[in-house]
Amino acid sequence: MKRNRAGWLFTLPATIHLLIFAVLPVGYTIFLSFYNWNLIRDERRFIGLGNYLRIWQDGGFLKSVLNSAIYTAASVPIGAAVALGVALLVTQKVKGVTAFRTLYFLPSVCSQVAIAMIWIYIFLPKKGMINAVLGMFGAPNGTDFLGTSGWAMAALVFMSIWVALGPRMVLYMAGILNVPGYLYEAAELDGATKNQQFWHVTLPQLAPTTLFVVITSTIGGFQVFTPVYMMTKGGPEGSTDVVGYHIYSAAWERFQVGEAGAMSFVLFLIILSVSIIQFRVIGNKQVDG
Amino acid sequence: MKRIFSWLAMLALAIFLIAPFVWMVLVSLHPAKSPIPDYKDLIPKQPQWGNYKLVLFSPEVPVGRFFLNSIIVAVAVVIGQLFITSLAAYAMARIKFKGAQFLFWLFLASMMFAGVVTQIPVYLFMRSAGLLDSLSALIIPGLSSAYSVFLIRQFLLGLPFELDEAAYIDGASYWVVYSRIMMPLSKPALATVASFTFFSVWTDFFWPLLATNSMRLRTLEVGLSIFKNSYGTTNWPLQMAAAVITLLPMVIVFLFSQRYFTKGIQMSGMK
Repeated sequence: MKRNRAGWLFTLPATIHLLIFAVLPVGYTIFLSFYNWNLIRDERRFIGLGNYLRIWQDGGFLKSVLNSAIYTAASVPIGAAVALGVALLVTQKVKGVTAFRTLYFLPSVCSQVAIAMIWIYIFLPKKGMINAVLGMFGAPNGTDFLGTSGWAMAALVFMSIWVALGPRMVLYMAGILNVPGYLYEAAELDGATKNQQFWHVTLPQLAPTTLFVVITSTIGGFQVFTPVYMMTKGGPEGSTDVVGYHIYSAAWERFQVGEAGAMSFVLFLIILSVSIIQFRVIGNKQVDG
Repeated sequence: MKRIFSWLAMLALAIFLIAPFVWMVLVSLHPAKSPIPDYKDLIPKQPQWGNYKLVLFSPEVPVGRFFLNSIIVAVAVVIGQLFITSLAAYAMARIKFKGAQFLFWLFLASMMFAGVVTQIPVYLFMRSAGLLDSLSALIIPGLSSAYSVFLIRQFLLGLPFELDEAAYIDGASYWVVYSRIMMPLSKPALATVASFTFFSVWTDFFWPLLATNSMRLRTLEVGLSIFKNSYGTTNWPLQMAAAVITLLPMVIVFLFSQRYFTKGIQMSGMK
């Protein structure tokens, strides 16, 4: 039929691209995860589940998964809560609000490398911006945030919330403006306070937005790479060695692409299962609310 | 009273978000290789605008070349992607063909596993095609994007179907409907996709880092990271000047295109 032929013809370039750069690569990642494959010497040997066994026993990969879990578990809920708070602020009718929205959005479109360079400076002991401000108030100002294993992860999380505020804020703004006004009128008639209205009207109505924000930023959180590469190289003492960086060093510093493939596939399964769980939990709340 | 409070809160937040940028500009104007300034001396006594000249015309790090590469790659990807994804989006939204639904879900699902999972096979593929360390290696993987297909499709679904039907009765082909009716009406969606794509290509770091090796093929984003190493990790004024040079064009482009960002994000959030 003419219609079917036209449909496939129009989608053909995008479909071929999708096959080459997304679908086949996933299959190929699974394939190469069964091989001991060194990219430089270009020799490969089938070892079955050997790579999976190795990354399980090695411990370094598991630790990086744990680090990524910590990074994601901290940055996603705090980031979403901050974005919701800011969105509530900038959906009020106040003078100059559009200028503020633009400012809040700015960091998220900036070069991540430049942002990382700025924040290395901000986190410096004594003279970095944060320590300088602490010093002004007479607080201890000698902490090397990126060089101390207890602080480095917190510093990365803090920066990620600053960077990613914009898009999340815009999503919540759209959600807030879409809440039907009669729900608030009904709540007011029932004598609900502003606080109660937030918890029982606004928040449940925003469940689809929250779901979208949480799932997309979880996927991003588990794949974080650039700030770690630029700012800590996984250190100090491996405390910021997240999965994205761990896979990078396996593949492109040690050239063990088979092992890296196994790690990538495990990461894919982790992201998939976390997303499904989030979908269930937040999706159910939507029905209750 | 409540308004003043909100306004103050917004102002405080704005200061928090902008302070790092101000700090960056101030440090970039200190003499090169000078020690890290104390916050009391942060405002330079004699602004060293020469730092920018040093960075722009450095013999070791060809910033001008990086800039040109970034522009070539970004423009090529934006044009190619707009064409390829709008064709697919048009077919999925307006031609009721067998398999449209299946294709749509395939595209949607692929958004889950982009990035980390596909990097090694894509690298090996580009290597066997002999395309590594060329600008094509940076352009070809960006020529289509499931996300852009999705955004344009959502927009096209919102246009009245009487438009196509009237055109078909007049004997118009699918191509004419696509190029003469649908695309002119989709300008807002296309502008959104163009701005998203431009910024994501311009700031892409991971793939250009892997795919290119020679200095003359680096993009600005990767070049900046090289800059950090080649000028020494403690030469803060020059590093910050380089950061300003990278950020300034983006900030300007963003200020002109920001409404498309807002629209695009809202479109993607409403599923």
